[in-house]
Amino acid sequence: MLEYAFRGSKRYWAWLTFLCIIISVGFYFYIKQLSYGLGITGMSRDVSWGLYIAQFTFIVGIAASAVMVVLPYYLHNYKVFSRVTILGEFLAISSVIMCITFVFVDLGQPSRVLNIFLYPTPHSLMFWDVIALGGYLVLNVIITRVTLGSEYKHIEPPGWIRPVIIISIPWAISIHTVTAFLFAGLAGRPFWLTAILAPRFLASAFSAGPALLIVLSMIVKKITGFDVNDEALKKLSLIVTYAMCINVFLILMELFTTLYGGIPEDVSHLQFLYSGLDGNHTLVPWMWASSILALGSLIFLITPRCRNNYKILFLSCLMVFFSIWIDKGLGLVIAGFTPSQFGNVVKYWPTLPESFIALGIWGVGAFLVTAFYKITISIRQELKV
Amino acid sequence: MTITRRNLLKMMGITALGTAFGKYLTARADSPVARVISKVFIENPRSQKNRSAQKVRLAMVIDLRKCVSDQGCTKCIDACNQAHNIPNFGNSKDAIKWIWKERYEDAFIDQENFYIKEEFKGKLVPVFCNNCDNPPCVEVCPTQATFKRDDGIVMMDWHRCIGCRYCMAACPYGSRSFNWRDPRPFISNINEDYPTRSAGVVEKCTWCDERVSQGLLPICVEACPEKALVFGNLNDPASEVRRLLKDNFSIRRKPGLGTSPEIYYLV
Repeated sequence: MLEYAFRGSKRYWAWLTFLCIIISVGFYFYIKQLSYGLGITGMSRDVSWGLYIAQFTFIVGIAASAVMVVLPYYLHNYKVFSRVTILGEFLAISSVIMCITFVFVDLGQPSRVLNIFLYPTPHSLMFWDVIALGGYLVLNVIITRVTLGSEYKHIEPPGWIRPVIIISIPWAISIHTVTAFLFAGLAGRPFWLTAILAPRFLASAFSAGPALLIVLSMIVKKITGFDVNDEALKKLSLIVTYAMCINVFLILMELFTTLYGGIPEDVSHLQFLYSGLDGNHTLVPWMWASSILALGSLIFLITPRCRNNYKILFLSCLMVFFSIWIDKGLGLVIAGFTPSQFGNVVKYWPTLPESFIALGIWGVGAFLVTAFYKITISIRQELKV
Repeated sequence: MTITRRNLLKMMGITALGTAFGKYLTARADSPVARVISKVFIENPRSQKNRSAQKVRLAMVIDLRKCVSDQGCTKCIDACNQAHNIPNFGNSKDAIKWIWKERYEDAFIDQENFYIKEEFKGKLVPVFCNNCDNPPCVEVCPTQATFKRDDGIVMMDWHRCIGCRYCMAACPYGSRSFNWRDPRPFISNINEDYPTRSAGVVEKCTWCDERVSQGLLPICVEACPEKALVFGNLNDPASEVRRLLKDNFSIRRKPGLGTSPEIYYLV
């Protein structure tokens, strides 16, 4: 099967070369980070997690969202998703690998990473997150390997794969729930200490993930002619619409409780995000952009005429994706640390090396998605299914 | 599935892995589920019964009426920095802090009292790790690189720490510092009797565990010219710290979070 990843058009190779350059630049800066220390990033004593952990959190959502195609297809036997499901699963695998890489580059002593297994600590949620993510990666590798391998060999997939697939459904929910618990169990961080953090994570994941899947499917169709079919895209766009409604609803719930409840420490984090605090407005334009993108995308998505127009759907999906990227991949982590435990605002913004390392990891993800999709589509196009 | 040798081996492998993983976890009970259950059914969150039942529960009392840190005194800080090889980077981004000063209103941020006694407005107070009796940093650390000793000191193992900084996210007091870069070139006068740290690990005040184990007082306590810092065993009713707490009104930083900080400030 793998041989398909090594046969491709000039455009395919040009794209992979481009990604390799991005990955190499990221790798170069990672080597610099290794020798200088994490001080090469914008993080500080007060904002001790930054872009890396934020990207990790956002991408766990993308990984978990594969369940939105896996569940209808395998549990409800929804045949319309027969083509898009494998794309979703490969997106999940690539995302989990990105997640693990983001956590890895955030470690101060990466060579000691195995201490997590040598001294397993069940009362730490990070231990469970590692188990959840690792397990999810293994499950999805097995599932895609077996189902695609069977197609390749023109045989029915073996029966034992079904229970594995069924397990992967709650497992997908678990990876994002446990990731939310990383944050939501800290008494000293009121911005994260909210019971709806996990539901919010899931709702935002189930809108941003399928939105990305729609975008990727449309690009794939344009480039290769591989069509996941209109009905699948329509159903997916409906999923994005509902999930985005729930996501925005939950954000508003959070705003109500915090602002009407009015506990000063809790309010100060929202002030930092939406109006600026102590003269620091770093995230204000971003958060308002996120809000406008969210509302704009909802208007498009809820209107059937717009949702069913592929050009507008493509745009709305990008809007959903970037709105949630700002909210989760930037605001969530930084605002948790700002203001600090002493109430002062310490500015954080990713440095150039930090941004290039993050971009490099996105490059790894894009590389994997490209290679996986290439293999899948080559097999399917040969089979003409 | 027919039972061939291959399948049998596969099943045995999976069973063995599963059993091993179960053992691996149960050997270290104390999972989040167990904690949640015990919090609801067993513990009373406000009960003092949860406090360390050991013979020794070390604690510190800081008499802010005696402390003159807002008159420029930095004796405790200087002594600590020298004893523990604290680097001076000259910038706040990389800073390592074990003892430092904060404004009273910032250190006791949840007090929200606009009409406090005049002399406390903007008063600089010494803050450091509270060596909590219920330390959230220990709870979240994925490698047990930070752990609580039987006498209550919250320790750091700089050789096990992977630098994930989850403890820094969990600490409600901002007491933990991370070595964002190699600290050694920034230590002006290295104390050979105490380790320096490498880049990429978290550190904090441990109430001079190296001195306490030799029967000495923490160096900050010794260095204070005003005798404003008092260190001792809370579980000994005859100790100086107990006497001070019995006779004076004391406050702690963010006690409402349930961490049970063990530095008591006399105001």
